Amino acid sequence: MNLGPHAAFIVTAYIAATAIVAGLIGWIVLDRRRLSRILDDFGAQGISRRSTRADADKW
Amino acid sequence: MSLIDLANPSRFLALTARALPWLAAATVLAFAIGITEVYFAPDDYQQGATVKIMFIHVPAAWLGVFAWIVMSAAALGTLVWRHPLADVAAKAAAPIGAAFTLMCLVTGSLWGRPMWGTYWVWDARLTSVLVLFLMYLGVIALWRTMDDPAQAARAAAVLTLVGAINIPIIKFSVDWWNTLHQPASVLRLGGSTIHPAILVPLIVMAVAFTLLFVTLHVAAMRNEIMRRRVRTLMMLQAGARMGP
Repeated sequence: MNLGPHAAFIVTAYIAATAIVAGLIGWIVLDRRRLSRILDDFGAQGISRRSTRADADKW
Repeated sequence: MSLIDLANPSRFLALTARALPWLAAATVLAFAIGITEVYFAPDDYQQGATVKIMFIHVPAAWLGVFAWIVMSAAALGTLVWRHPLADVAAKAAAPIGAAFTLMCLVTGSLWGRPMWGTYWVWDARLTSVLVLFLMYLGVIALWRTMDDPAQAARAAAVLTLVGAINIPIIKFSVDWWNTLHQPASVLRLGGSTIHPAILVPLIVMAVAFTLLFVTLHVAAMRNEIMRRRVRTLMMLQAGARMGP
């Protein structure tokens, strides 16, 4: 594929878009891991939400 | 199962746990088809190969605007029905919308330099999209300034609905003012002005970007629900330490 005289701009645009999407995915995945770990720690300490025993509407 | 049942956080988590892998797979498949289409798409007769930037710039712009529309709908859910899942939807959409708007600005700038001779010009379309990006940052900052999620949600909802006035300004800026940015060529009365050989890859990429947004939004909403559960547990723990 010949991208012509402006190849650098095209390639940089795709790299930038990929980096932004990768950053977004990475942030969401790491955030989930961190929150899961904290919730697991609470579970190990025997601390649970009242909602798990009663009302599913609560957080 | 009614819609209101799906709006229950626990049911939402259960449902999306099953749906998320399928959404992710559909996103990957759509991008695989889209990138292949982009690879084989012909050069534009005026812009040459730089038209390939359009396949990421335009969907990013659409999703940047779409995310604010999602936040506005969620803001109504917060202010009218005071539903906590609406708060979650709005909060989770903000960073994703900001990322797509940033992508639109960066790729547009890299497209503008070879085609217009400049990375940036203060015309109405570019400036209104920059305002959208700054509003995203403002909403994200507002969420972080308040400890109480319900209070933060109401403040962010008001700001979101006020900021929604920028959406039609972005859309019609190229019609209302003289801009360096080209007028609408896909979503316009009278149909698209783009040749099908370029329009089809653009639509496939737009579908792929939309699936990506939905997947990331659902995943971020799940995280936000977990964050609120962590907050609840921390308050329970603090309450237990203080005693009766």
